[in-house]
Amino acid sequence: MIISVASGKGGTGKTTVATSLALSINSARLADCDVEAPNSHLFLRPVFEPDETITMVVPQVNEEKCTLCGECAAICRFNAIVTIADTVMTFPELCHGCGGCQAACPAGAIEEGRRTIGTIQHGRCNGLDFVHGRIRIGEAMAPPLIRQIRSRINPDETAVIDAPPGTSCPVIAAIKDTDFVVLVTEPTPFGLNDLKLAVETVKILEIPSGLIINRSDIGDNKVAEYAAAEKIPLLMEIPYNRQIAEAYSRGEPVVEAFPEWRERFEKLYADICNLVAGGKS
Amino acid sequence: MKIAVSSKGKTLDAELDARFGRAACFIVLDPNHQAYDVVENTQNLNAAQGAGIQAAKTVAGKGVGAVLTGSCGPKAYAVLERAGISVITGVSGSVRQALEQYKNGELRPAGGPNVNGHWM
Ligand code: SF4
Ligand code: SF4
Repeated sequence: MIISVASGKGGTGKTTVATSLALSINSARLADCDVEAPNSHLFLRPVFEPDETITMVVPQVNEEKCTLCGECAAICRFNAIVTIADTVMTFPELCHGCGGCQAACPAGAIEEGRRTIGTIQHGRCNGLDFVHGRIRIGEAMAPPLIRQIRSRINPDETAVIDAPPGTSCPVIAAIKDTDFVVLVTEPTPFGLNDLKLAVETVKILEIPSGLIINRSDIGDNKVAEYAAAEKIPLLMEIPYNRQIAEAYSRGEPVVEAFPEWRERFEKLYADICNLVAGGKS
Repeated sequence: MKIAVSSKGKTLDAELDARFGRAACFIVLDPNHQAYDVVENTQNLNAAQGAGIQAAKTVAGKGVGAVLTGSCGPKAYAVLERAGISVITGVSGSVRQALEQYKNGELRPAGGPNVNGHWM
């Protein structure tokens, strides 16, 4: 089973939830898919294996075979390949690696080049398997790197995905086809607004979801009311608590600092299992 | 030699469009003649990415030797350069004014792109 943890914006406590949940499951894996700014490892402090360089296939034109017919440029939806004057120009940083140009080329002139999009690191900590990725600086194509991270999850293990913040393509790449999404938000107008966007995304992807309200005592009731109206189960409320905040700033997972929170997160996992099982029956 | 001017409208009195890739259209003409062509760029206005590349390909297809515009990103610049088109950036005012400045030799080709590309 794969549980993803997402939030409409950063700084809502998403990483706290993801790491605490993963630590409360027996022999799970945490996959941090926030490739722009991975930070789960700061709490889990895994022992890392050497980096793995991740590349994607981009077209490389063999000018000797190319007849300048323009078929490749005509099929590319991303304007990543274009015939101009007497050559074919490629823009690897725009290429989504769909392979369309290669399939379309009647002259067999398009060969496979590679561009580095980032790195993946594996590690272990406290009985947890850990994997995260880091996108190359200046690289815009996060989804292929996120898919690579996800491909490292074994189908029969339980995994928790720490998704990137927001609701754009990288988030979809991180949560798509997971069994359950935990949405983390704060009970403020901004939190509500971001939650609505996240709920829309989750609905389109048809993934069952539940809500965790962080700093549940700082705002108003609007988030809880919205969740009730949308029939999204409220899984947990985490009140603002000085000790939790301090543990967080020391880089200590909540469940390790406070045994009572381990129990609550174990119950959270059990509740999610029931919701997933209930949805399937 | 024909030139292309990025334009917000379809006449010489229209305002020059500062954005090369997402210009409303291009006015293509030979500075020594009165007649001009309007080349639409509408299919690029909503392109998710690579609008500049397509715009560059469009004007290159018209056989122009120079482009007058406000700003031009690195990818469009690379395509124009490859097509042997000189790029003159930082131009403003009406298309007619830009043309006069060009004919009077007041405009110099840019040494490179003058804005960063856009992702979205
Ligand atoms: S692989 Fe796809 S995105 Fe990349 S240049 Fe070819 S057609 Fe375009
Ligand atoms: S489709 Fe192949 S032969 Fe045609 S322009 Fe592209 S690379 Fe050249």
